[in-house]
Amino acid sequence: MSKEKEKVSNSAAEFYNSKETIDGDIATINFGPTHPATHGIFQNILKVDGEKIISSEQTVGYIHRAFEKLAERRPYNQITPITDRLNYCSSPINNLGWHMTVEKLIQAEIPKRVDYMRVIIMELARIADHLICDSVVGVDTGALTSFFYPFQEREKIYELYEEICGARLTTNIGRIGGFERDFTPVFHTKLKSFLKTFPKAFSEWDSMLARNRIFMDRTRGTGPISPERALAYGFTGPNLRAAGVDYDVRVMHPYSSYEDFDFIIPVGVNGDTYDRFMVRQEEIRQSIRIIEQAYGNLPEGNYKADVPDFYLPDKADVYNNMEALIYHFKIVMGEMEIPRGEIYHSVEGGNGELGYYLISDGGRTPYRLQFRRPCFIYYQAYPEMITGQTISDAVITLSSMNVIAGELDA
Amino acid sequence: MDTGLLIEKLILAILLFVVSLGIAAYSTYFERKLAAWIQDRVGPDRAGPFGILQPIADGVKMFMKEDFTPTNADRWLFILGPGIAMFTALMTSAVIPWGTDITLFGRTIALQVADLNIGILFIFGIISIGVYGIMIGGWASNNKYSRFGAIRASSQMISYELAMGISAITIIMLSGGLGLNDIVKAQHGMNWNIFYQPVCFLVFFICALAETNRAPFDLPECESELIGGYHTEYSSMKLGLFLFAEYVAMFVSSALISILFFGGYNFPGMDNFSGNTLALLSVAAFFTKTFLMIFLFMWIRWTIPRFRFDQLMHLGWKVLIPISIINMLVTGIVIAFNEGWIKF
Repeated sequence: MSKEKEKVSNSAAEFYNSKETIDGDIATINFGPTHPATHGIFQNILKVDGEKIISSEQTVGYIHRAFEKLAERRPYNQITPITDRLNYCSSPINNLGWHMTVEKLIQAEIPKRVDYMRVIIMELARIADHLICDSVVGVDTGALTSFFYPFQEREKIYELYEEICGARLTTNIGRIGGFERDFTPVFHTKLKSFLKTFPKAFSEWDSMLARNRIFMDRTRGTGPISPERALAYGFTGPNLRAAGVDYDVRVMHPYSSYEDFDFIIPVGVNGDTYDRFMVRQEEIRQSIRIIEQAYGNLPEGNYKADVPDFYLPDKADVYNNMEALIYHFKIVMGEMEIPRGEIYHSVEGGNGELGYYLISDGGRTPYRLQFRRPCFIYYQAYPEMITGQTISDAVITLSSMNVIAGELDA
Repeated sequence: MDTGLLIEKLILAILLFVVSLGIAAYSTYFERKLAAWIQDRVGPDRAGPFGILQPIADGVKMFMKEDFTPTNADRWLFILGPGIAMFTALMTSAVIPWGTDITLFGRTIALQVADLNIGILFIFGIISIGVYGIMIGGWASNNKYSRFGAIRASSQMISYELAMGISAITIIMLSGGLGLNDIVKAQHGMNWNIFYQPVCFLVFFICALAETNRAPFDLPECESELIGGYHTEYSSMKLGLFLFAEYVAMFVSSALISILFFGGYNFPGMDNFSGNTLALLSVAAFFTKTFLMIFLFMWIRWTIPRFRFDQLMHLGWKVLIPISIINMLVTGIVIAFNEGWIKF
């Protein structure tokens, strides 16, 4: 029994009890899972000499909820709420990415208006995501005020979500094939005022940190990663771009009519915390540009594709019409006609390429669904990035990589 | 011994004690309101009108909380830590001259508990003991993060005391006395040291921020890295004492800065008044300066990020100390030249 117990003891425990950490000058500290700077539930066991990190061991799975397995038991339209809980800072991107994946499988024809509506929502979500990430970098360097300014702006974005779908954080936005309703008049007013006020508020906040001497000293050269290592790990999104690789799913594999818009992909040089911060800041500006273009050229048309499998018929029809009643019943019970197939679709999520690998055997639920979660990849590189740095650096490196527990552990 | 003097000093000491605590308590309220104002929030507004009873509510809350001592903590040192912190913070205010002499019931009372002729040395001595409170508290809690906080606090305070001391020497050279009263008297009217020693003020101010563990030098507590640092394991009023000590220290530092650089209780046009009117006005002037200084402390805290530890040491040893030494030497040469000790 005891032998077996020894066998299962994980490497983290061995690490913790090793001789050199008990006898030597090297201290072992638990950075997480309840450390306030981890912004979620991750554990890092750090070996430190003074404040310098010699090595670290990370643990994942504290909030593993078996999303991929759950998805195998759910009809396609009921998987959307699961995607909410991946990266909860930008749930609309996850939702819409999933919808696009299913649309790719059923080969639905999506109206241009839906594409543009989606672009507006996804870019709003990207702004919200980057605002949180960058303001949290500010908090972890000690500038608490820089946390509150962007939160007011994020609140406006959440109000826009509310206008579309009624929810704020776990949005469950839209439907497969489009939206449940068109943009409301209130949404138009709020979006217009947001586009008007946001750039000013943003640059005010940006000026607090971007050229602040202390902030620059803290973040430059902190938690760097070379482009080669980043690519080898499979980095994507702002973290890869900060290392100097210009890969963006929106440009490389355009989806949802991203090819219609004119925007810049900001690229960093050193792959350190400062570059990650600056890349995100610039992406916020570019997102505003995209929203302005998409909203300015919002095409007329229907707000949903012709996919009756995913839209409940009118109540009046359900009560008076046999056909509609059957549809209603089938949708509620999750009995849609889904073709056999194996597809991969990815979107540029808030913090990297969010992919959906879907295998359908023609049944009511996916045969297998795999989420490509960028956080899971970043977190693997974390020990390499913080070795030789101080504890303070480890804190801001983690927050600047935007590792979100929900997405990490799925 | 004069019994009247004893009673008078006792009353003054108690008054000072109450005022220091009151100001520290209301500094917390003011800090929260100011933070709210800077961050575009409302701030505490539930307890009493505009939330002015908030410090009392906080104090009551602190006392009602469970006083928890970790199993492996050293019990007595754990209690001693906050005790020393609070004691030293309150001690420093003893030598501060609060205003000109006041005449009450036919007695001339100096508004200073003890006019030590080495007042400034006394303050530095007491502040140096203050670090023991944090060090012992952090060490006794037997928590790795607390220990980090304690180590950071001790090395930070020792490093910054040097530059602070050298800046103070410059001021002593200008005023020709170690007693705080002498320093204040030398700055009569508008003859404030800030106009002669702006660099010295800057160095001293930065060091004062570091000495009181205020942002951007709040590394010993540093909630985002060390989870509160040296007071991670503290709860109830022991935690309260640590936090309180910080605010009292901030008040005393602000008072010290206004004495050394802003003329203490001196104010322009003070020659037009005399007697008790002058005393009251001087006290008002002194507190105005002190509060403005406290405001500056808070303003900085809510505006800029914090340093990393090696950067903090770099700033202390490689920037501030050389600057203060050069400043001291230049001041010395200028004084010597003016006095005619050196001739060209």
